[in-house]
Amino acid sequence: MTWNSTTVDAQAWIAAGERLRAGDAHLVSLWGEPGLAHMAVAESSELRLFHLPCTANRLPSIGRLHAPAIRLERAMRDLFGLDAHDAADRRPWLSHGGTYPFLPAEGESLHQIAVGPVHAGIIEPGHFRFTANGEAVVRLEQRLGYAHKGIDALMAGAGLDRAARLAGRVSGDSTVAYALAFSQAIEMASAVQVPPRAVWLRALFAELERLANHFGDIGAVCNDASFTIMHASFGFLREKVLRAAQACTGQRLMMDAVVPGGVRSDLPAEGIEGVRALIAMARSQFPRLVDVYENTASLKDRTVGTGILSESLARQFGAGGYVGRASGRSFDARRDPGYAPYDELDFQVPVVHAGDVNARVWIRIQEVEQSLSLVEQILRRLPPGATSTAVPNGSGEGSARVEAFRGDVFAWVRTGADGGVERAHLRDPSWFQWPLLEAAIEGNIVADFPLCNKSFNCSYSGHDL
Amino acid sequence: MRRILLKNVAQGPFTESSPGADDAALKELAGRVDQAARVRLGRTLSIREVDAGSCNGCELEIHALNNIVYDLERFGLRFVASPRHADVLLVTGPVTANMREALERTHEATPDPKWVVAVGDCARNGGVFAGSPVVAGGVSAVLPVDLHIPGCPPSPTALLRGLLALVETVK
Repeated sequence: MTWNSTTVDAQAWIAAGERLRAGDAHLVSLWGEPGLAHMAVAESSELRLFHLPCTANRLPSIGRLHAPAIRLERAMRDLFGLDAHDAADRRPWLSHGGTYPFLPAEGESLHQIAVGPVHAGIIEPGHFRFTANGEAVVRLEQRLGYAHKGIDALMAGAGLDRAARLAGRVSGDSTVAYALAFSQAIEMASAVQVPPRAVWLRALFAELERLANHFGDIGAVCNDASFTIMHASFGFLREKVLRAAQACTGQRLMMDAVVPGGVRSDLPAEGIEGVRALIAMARSQFPRLVDVYENTASLKDRTVGTGILSESLARQFGAGGYVGRASGRSFDARRDPGYAPYDELDFQVPVVHAGDVNARVWIRIQEVEQSLSLVEQILRRLPPGATSTAVPNGSGEGSARVEAFRGDVFAWVRTGADGGVERAHLRDPSWFQWPLLEAAIEGNIVADFPLCNKSFNCSYSGHDL
Repeated sequence: MRRILLKNVAQGPFTESSPGADDAALKELAGRVDQAARVRLGRTLSIREVDAGSCNGCELEIHALNNIVYDLERFGLRFVASPRHADVLLVTGPVTANMREALERTHEATPDPKWVVAVGDCARNGGVFAGSPVVAGGVSAVLPVDLHIPGCPPSPTALLRGLLALVETVK
C-alpha cells in the first residue's frame, strides 16, 4: 500500500468525508494536536493522511457525514480544544466532570439499568446505561473515558525508549501489537531497515499474543454461558502460552520485547523449546475442546443467534478483527496491505457472515489454528543474524497498521531532529467496535449482555488513551 | 466431554504448590492487622478488584490467579462482586482523574475492617503514566494503602505471595 501525506484545506477535508459517507473509503483514524487536525483514510489501496490547519481551533465535522468519526471528534475536542463546530453530538467524551446528558429513551414501561464504572468482575472501568423493556434491551449507551491517562500528551516530547514503553501500555493485552505498530511507524519516519531475524521474531511474539488472547476469550465466552470446564481448559492453555512467552522474552505478556529498530533480545534456546512444547500440547488438546464447544447444545443455545451485528454496520465502521470478520468483512492488516514477514508466510483469513456471538467465537477458533501454523512456519524458517539496529536521529513522519488480536492498531508519529517523538497517535481497533456493540445488543435480553460484551472484548484502556 | 473429564480425574490436578508468603510484604503488613480483625475474619478474605485506569495488563494476571494452575480459592481468598462483601480492595492503575470518585466511593462502601492492596507499578506511583495531569499518580494519593505488590504487571506468583502475606498476617 502506498502512502500519501498532504496538508489540505477545509474543502478537501469535507470532500474526504463525503467519500467516506459514500463508502468509497474507510476511516482509519482522526486525531489532533494544538491547531492541527489529522485524518487517515484508506482509499483505493492507498493510505491517505490529511492534515488540516484549524483557524481559531474550528474545523468542519466529519462525524456529521460519517458516524464512525463522531467519538473521535468528541475526543479531539476534549484533548486539544479542536472543535468540529457543526457536529451533531457535542457532548464531551474523554473529559468527565459535571452531569453527563445521556440520550433520552422514552416510552411506556421502559426502565433504566446503570452499570459501572466499577463492574462485578475483574474488568476494566466503563459505564453502560441500558434502557430495557422487561428483559429486552431497547437501547444501550456507553460512557467511556474512565481509563483516560493522557497518553497523547505524555508521548509529545518523549524520548524513543520512553515513548515505546508508553506505546506498549496503551492496552496491555495487545502490548506486542502496539509496540510493533509504534516501532514500524518510527522506522518508517527514520527510514530504518530492521534486520530479518528481528522481523521474524516480532511475528513470533505477535502470534503468541494472539494465541494467548484467543484462548482466554474462547474460555471466557463459555464461562459467561456458565460452562466452566471450557473456561478451566482454555485458562490452562492460555497459561501455557504465557509461560512460553516468558521463556522467549523474560516476560509473560512480552512487554517491551519489541523496540524501535528490532527486538530487545534474541530468543534463548529454552524459548524455542518452550514454544515447540506449547504447539505440540495445543495441537493435541485444542481440537477436543472445539469438539466440546461444537457438540454441547446448551452452550450453542446461548451463542447462536445472540448479539447479531449486521454486515452493513461492520462495513460502514470498518470493524477490524473477529468483530468484522464474523460479519463478512474480510480485512486483516497482516494481509491488507500486509507487512513482513507475513508476505512470505502461508495463512488464511477466515470470514463468516452470521455476525452472532457464535460467529465471533468461530473466527477465534479458526484464527487459533492459523496462528499455530504460523508459529510452526516461523520456527522452521527463522533467519540467523542480528536482532536490532540503531535508529538514527532525524525528523520525519511515519505510520503503520498492525493486526492485533482484536483488530488493526494504527500508529502515527512525527519525530523531531533530536530523534524524540514530537507527536504520536495510537488508535485502538475498539474505537470502531464499541459503537457496534451498542447496535448488536439491541433487542437481546439484558442477561445476554456479558456474553455479547465478551465476544467483542473491546479494550477500555486502548480506547480511553 | 466425558473423555476430557475422565482424563483429568486420572492425571490429577494441574495446580502448583504454594509459593509461600512474600517476606517484604509481611514486613509492610506488620502492625496493620489487629487482634479484633483476626478474630472476625478467621482465615478467609474476600477481595474486590478495582481497575482505577490500568492498561489491563494487571487485570490479565489477576485473572490468572483464578485459573487451575494458581487456584487462589484454596488459600481462603476469593473475588467477590460487590465492595459490600469485601475485606480487601485490590486496586490497579495510576488512578485516573475520571476514576477517582468511583474508587473513593467503592472504598466507602467496603465495611471495616478493610485493607487496600495496590497492584502494579502504576498503582504504586503512577508508573509510566506518572506526571500526567489527568492521573493522581498512585493509589496512596487517594486511599490509605496497606500493601504494595510491584511489577509491570506483577506475575501471578508475585500476586499470590503478596496476598498470602496478607492472609498470614490476618490468620
